[in-house]
Amino acid sequence: MTPLLQVRDISKHYGARIGCTDVGFDLYPGEVMGIVGESGSGKSTLLNCLAGHLPPDRGEVIFDTRADGPVDTVTMSEPARRMLARTDWAFVHQHARDGLRMTVSAGGNIGERLMAVGTRHYGDIRSRATDWLERVEIDENRIDDRPSAFSGGMQQRLQIARNLVTGPRLVFMDEPTGGLDVSVQARLLDLVRGLVREMGLSALIVTHDLAVVRLLADRLMVMKDGHVVEAGLTDQVLDDPQHGYTQLLVSSVLQV
Amino acid sequence: MAMIELNGVAKTFVLHNQGGAVIEVMRDAEFSVAPGECVALSGASGAGKSTLMRMIYGNYLASAGQIRVAGVDLVQAEPREILALRRETLGYVSQFLRVVPRVPTLQVVAEPLLTLGVDAETAQVRAADLLRRLRIPEPLWGLSPTTFSGGEQQRVNIARGFAHDYPALLLDEPTASLDAKNRRTVLDLILDAKARGAAIVGIFHDAKARAEVCDREIDVSEFAPRGAA
Repeated sequence: MTPLLQVRDISKHYGARIGCTDVGFDLYPGEVMGIVGESGSGKSTLLNCLAGHLPPDRGEVIFDTRADGPVDTVTMSEPARRMLARTDWAFVHQHARDGLRMTVSAGGNIGERLMAVGTRHYGDIRSRATDWLERVEIDENRIDDRPSAFSGGMQQRLQIARNLVTGPRLVFMDEPTGGLDVSVQARLLDLVRGLVREMGLSALIVTHDLAVVRLLADRLMVMKDGHVVEAGLTDQVLDDPQHGYTQLLVSSVLQV
Repeated sequence: MAMIELNGVAKTFVLHNQGGAVIEVMRDAEFSVAPGECVALSGASGAGKSTLMRMIYGNYLASAGQIRVAGVDLVQAEPREILALRRETLGYVSQFLRVVPRVPTLQVVAEPLLTLGVDAETAQVRAADLLRRLRIPEPLWGLSPTTFSGGEQQRVNIARGFAHDYPALLLDEPTASLDAKNRRTVLDLILDAKARGAAIVGIFHDAKARAEVCDREIDVSEFAPRGAA
C-alpha cells in the first residue's frame, strides 16, 4: 500500500529559533495521527508546513495525488497546490471564524467550496448543503443564517461541513475542540469519529488535549522544542510512555 | 501452530521524572497458547499479570523478546499492523470501559463489527443479542454506558469484547463484580469461544471460574527477575 502522505525531514526555523526540525513520518489511507506537545513545541508550525500554509526551509511533503500518484507538494506550483487544498485536502482551524466566511450564509459557506471545484447547478448545491448541515447536526432551517449568529460549537461544525463537502482524503485539524466547553467537545468528537470512519479519511490532528487524541487518533507523535521525542500507537504512548517528556505530560493531566 | 507465542519477553520501566528509577518487572517470559486453549495467568498481586497481558495487547511496549499473535510480532510491528490485528484477530476485555461520552450502548457494542465493515443492521442484531444475554435492560440500550453502574459497565464491556469472533482473546477478570447468573453467561461465552477455536489468555481471581474454563495455569512470578521479590 502506498502512503497517502510521506513527510521527509521537514524543518522550519524562525531566524535562529527552531520552529520544528527533522520531522518525518508516513501516513496511510484511513489513518488518524495526533500531534501533541505544549504551546511552543512546534506542532502548529509543523501542521502549517505540511498543509502548504508555510514554506519549510527544507524537506519533502509527498502526497499521493489521484491523477499523478506521489508528488512533492513543497515544490509543486502554487496553482496546483491550491487546487489540492480545495479538493483532496481540508483544513479545520481552531477558530471557526478563520475557516468560515462570516458574512455569507451557512448554506453559502458550504456551497462556495462546491462551486470552487466546478459545481454550478443551484438546486444541486442547495440540496448538498442541506444534507451536510444535517450530517453535522445543524437544523436545516438555519441554512440562510450567517455563521455569526451561531454558537461556537455550531460554527465549528459548520466549518467541518464546509471542509468535508468536497470529499477530501486528508484533513488537517488545528485544535479542533479548543475553546469549546466539554459537552460540546464530546459531541464534536463523536461527529468527527463517525465521519472519519464513513468517509475513510486520513487526518492529522494537532492538539494539547490528550483525551482528544486518545479517542480520535490511531497514532501519536509527541513534540518538544521543535523535535519529535516519541511516536507510536496512541494507547501505548499514553499508557507506557518511554520518553521523559511524555511521562511528564501524561502524569500532569488532572484526573476528574 | 500456536496462536499466541511469547519468547524471552522482558519489561523494565524507567521513570525519568522520579530520579530515573529503573524498575525491572519481568524477564524471560515464555509460553504459547494454541487455538481452542484457555490459559490462566496466576501469581500474587503485583507479580505482573496485567503488565504481561497489556504487552500481549501492544498497550505496553516489551523491552526485549518477541510476542507473536497470529504471526505478528507486537514488539516490532508498526502501529497500523497492531491496529489491524486488534480489529480482526485480537480482542481484549479490560476491567474498565473507555468510550466516547454520549454514544448509545447498542452502538458501543456494535462498534467492533462496524469497523470490520459488517453492515449496520447485522451488527446491531448481534449487539442486541449479547446485551440481552448479559441482562442489560432494553430501555438502557439507547443511553450512554458512562452513566451505568459498575457491574453494568463491566457487562457492556464483555458484550463489546465478544461482538466479533476474535481468534485470540485476552480477558482481565471477566467475572469480577458479576452476580451468579451473569457470571454463568460469561463463562458460557468463554466456553463457546474456546469451542470455535479461540486462543484465550485470562486473569481470573475467581478460582472456580478458572478451574472450569482454563486448561492450564502459568505462574507469572516465575518470570520475576532474579533478586526481586
